[in-house]
Amino acid sequence: MSAHLEKDAVTGTATTGHEWDGIKELNTPLPKWWLQVFYATIIWSFGYFIVYPSWPLINGHLPGLFGYSSRAEVVKDLADLKVRRGAQATALEKASLEDILKSPDMSRIALAQGKAAFGDNCAPCHGLGGVGGKGYPNLIDDDWLWGGKLDDIHTTLVNGARWTGNDETRLSDMVGFVKQGLLKSDEADASIEYVRSLAKLDVAQGADLAKGKKVFADNCASCHGDDGKGKQEVGAPNLTDAIWLFGSDRKSMTETVYNGRMGVMPAWGNRLDPVTIKSLTVYVHSLGGGK
Amino acid sequence: MNDANNALDQETHIEGPLYAAAKRIYPQRVHGLFRNIKWYTLLACLGVYYFLPFLRWNRGPNLPDQAVLLDLANRRFYFFFIEIWPQEVYYFTGLLIIAALVLFLMNSVGGRIWCGYLCPQTVWTDLFMAVERHIEGDRRDRIKLDAEPWHTQKIIKKVAKHTVWLGIAWWTGGAWVLYFADAPTLVRDLIFFDAPMTAYLWIGILTFTTYALAGHMREQVCLYMCPWPRIQAALTDEKALNVTYRYDRGEPRMSVKEAVKVRATGAPAGDCVDCMQCVNVCPTGVDIRHGSQLGCIQCGLCIDACDTVMTKIGRPTRLIAYDTDDAVNARIKGLPYEYKLIRARTLMYVAIIAIVGGAMIYQLATRMTAGISVLHDRQPLFVTLSDGSIRNAYTVRLLNKRPDNRQFALTIDAPPGAVAQVVGAVETADWRPIVEVGPDRTLEIRLLITMPKDAVKEKSQLITIKASDLFAGEVVSAVDHFIGPGS
Repeated sequence: MSAHLEKDAVTGTATTGHEWDGIKELNTPLPKWWLQVFYATIIWSFGYFIVYPSWPLINGHLPGLFGYSSRAEVVKDLADLKVRRGAQATALEKASLEDILKSPDMSRIALAQGKAAFGDNCAPCHGLGGVGGKGYPNLIDDDWLWGGKLDDIHTTLVNGARWTGNDETRLSDMVGFVKQGLLKSDEADASIEYVRSLAKLDVAQGADLAKGKKVFADNCASCHGDDGKGKQEVGAPNLTDAIWLFGSDRKSMTETVYNGRMGVMPAWGNRLDPVTIKSLTVYVHSLGGGK
Repeated sequence: MNDANNALDQETHIEGPLYAAAKRIYPQRVHGLFRNIKWYTLLACLGVYYFLPFLRWNRGPNLPDQAVLLDLANRRFYFFFIEIWPQEVYYFTGLLIIAALVLFLMNSVGGRIWCGYLCPQTVWTDLFMAVERHIEGDRRDRIKLDAEPWHTQKIIKKVAKHTVWLGIAWWTGGAWVLYFADAPTLVRDLIFFDAPMTAYLWIGILTFTTYALAGHMREQVCLYMCPWPRIQAALTDEKALNVTYRYDRGEPRMSVKEAVKVRATGAPAGDCVDCMQCVNVCPTGVDIRHGSQLGCIQCGLCIDACDTVMTKIGRPTRLIAYDTDDAVNARIKGLPYEYKLIRARTLMYVAIIAIVGGAMIYQLATRMTAGISVLHDRQPLFVTLSDGSIRNAYTVRLLNKRPDNRQFALTIDAPPGAVAQVVGAVETADWRPIVEVGPDRTLEIRLLITMPKDAVKEKSQLITIKASDLFAGEVVSAVDHFIGPGS
C-alpha cells in the first residue's frame, strides 16, 4: 500500500490512480445513502421470500405468509365475474331470443359471450367467423340446411344433427344411392347432369337430361323438392343455388350421390348452459345469414 | 521489477473513500429580489397544484364538471374546454415536445430557470426549508442544535418540524389523487374512510416521496438522481445568462480594510471580501465562485446575499449576477459587450415552439366530434350468397365525442347495386341504415355489404364507408376494401 495520493490540479480532487490515454479518473465518492438504498433493497427482497411462495420443497413449495397463489387468484376472479354477470345472465335467461336481438344492451352481452363461446366450441368445424368448409356449413351466407331463423338455429344448436342419443336431433338421410343399390351408376350419372342443369352449371355433352329428370323425380324430389330447391324441414339443401356444401364439381357430386353424405353436429344442449346457447344463437344469427 | 510492481500498485490501488456521507447543508435566510421572486413562484405553483382540482368547469349534462380531471376509469382526460380520448394521446406528445423546447429556450435565455424556480423538487424543498427555519431557527441555530446532545427542547423542535413536514407531504399526496376523481366527493369520501383503497395508497406513496425528497434528500436529488443538470450543461452556451460570479471584478479577494489600502496605492483590488455569504445561503451548498457547475441550480439566492454585503460595505451591487461568459471575457479585455436576447438559437427555439404549438392548435380547432374506424372481417374475406352475389362483412366502430345521443346514417361509396346492411339496425331512412350512438361513447356495429356477382370484377376494390350525423351534418368516412373471388 503506497501512501501515494495524487490530486487533480484543476479541481483539487483526489484521483483513483487510474489513467487512460492521459486522462485520470477523479475519485468522486458515491454518496453513502446510495449504498444504503442498495442494502435496503436486499433486505426488502427477504420480505418477498417470507410472504410469497419461494423455496421449492420435495412435495411442493413454501406457501409464504400471504398464502398467495396465482391459481387461487384466477378462481377468485372467475367467481367474481360470475357474480357480476349474474343479473345479465338472469336477464338473458328470461328474455326470448327476439327480445335479446331487439335490446341493444342484451344483444351486446349476448354477442360478446356468443363470440367467445363460438371460438371455443364451434370454430374447430365451422371456422373462425363461421366460414365453414367442405362438409361443414358456412354460417354467414344466406343458405340454411335447417333454417336460419332464431328458433331454427337454437333448435339445431340444442339437438345437433344426426347426433346419436338425442331424440330431437335433426335427422335426414342422404343415402349412398349407388352403394345401396337404389340406383344404377348410369342413372345416378344422369341425375347428376340434370341437377347441374338446375344449378346452371355446365352439363356434359350428350347427357340424357330427360332420363336424369325422371331419376330425380323418382328418387330425389321427395326430399329436395320437385324443383330441386330443397326442404328445410328435412334438412335437404337447395340444389339450384350457388352454395354447395360438399362441392359442385362433378367428382364431388358423384361421390355425394354414389356414397351419400351424413354430416354430424353434436347436440350442445347437454354440454353448454342455456344462456350460452342463447348467446350463440344470437351470435350466429348476427354473422350475416340470420333470417 | 520493483518499478513494475509500483506501477501496478498505483494503477489498482484506489486512495480515499469510495463512499462519502452526504455533507449537511444549512442554508441561511436571505432577503432580496430573487428571494421574493422565488416566494411568489412558490405560492403560484403550490396554489395551482393544491387548488386546481377544486376548480369547476361546466360541460353540460352527462359530463364531469371538474376543470382538470384524469378520468382513468372512463378513459377520458378533461382539461378546461378540451376533452381527450385515449387515441388522441398524441396531444400529450405535442405538449411534451413543447415542454422540452420551452426548457431549451429558457436555458438559452436565462440558464437553469426551471431548476432554480419551477422544478417541484426546488419548490417543495424551499417550502420545507422555510418550515425548518421557522421551527429550528436560522443557519447558526440549526448547526448548534444538531451538534447538541438530545434534550427536551431539541426533541420538541425536531418532532414539530417532522410533523409539519409530514402534514405538508400528506396534503401533497392528497391533492394528487384529487386529479383522478371528482375532488369534492373524494375529499368527503377520504374523510369518512369511504374512498377506494387506491386513493389511500397513492396518498401514502406521495406522502413518503414528498417527505423523503423535500425533507431529507433535497440537493442529493439534483446532484445524483436528476438527469437534467447533465443535459442542461450541454444546452447552455457563452451567450446565455447564467448566475455568474464576476471574477473580473471580484478577484483578487481581500478584506475591506486591505482593499482600501491597496486601492490607495493604485493597484487592483477585488470586491470579493470572502465573507462566504454566497455559500451559506446556497440550497445546494456550492461555491458559485468556482463558476458554473452541476450543483448550481441557479436560483439567484447568492445574488441577493452578495448584494446585501456589497451594499453594507459600500461597493456596487451585482458582484454575483445574471451574466454571460462572453460579457465577463469582454470586460477582461476591455471590450464593449451587449447581451443579445434575439439570436439564432433563441429564434430557432421560438420558431419550433410556434410550429408545434400552431399544429396542435389547428388540430384541436378542427377536431371532429365523431369518428369512424372500419375493420374488414379477416375470416372469411368474402362469402358467396345463394344467388351468387358476394358479401363482405366489416366491424365498424363509431365514436361520438359529444355529450348527447346522436344518430348516424351509414352510406357507402361503391359500384351501383351494392347494398349496405347493419346487423340489428332498428330504423332505416332512404334505404340508409341508421344507428344511434350514446353520449360520449363508442358503438361497435357489424356492417354487411353485398354486391351482385357482375359488379365484383376485381379481387379487391376500394369502397368508402360514411357515417353522417342526421342533425349536425358532420360526416366521417373510412376507406376499406371489398374483396371478391376474382375472375
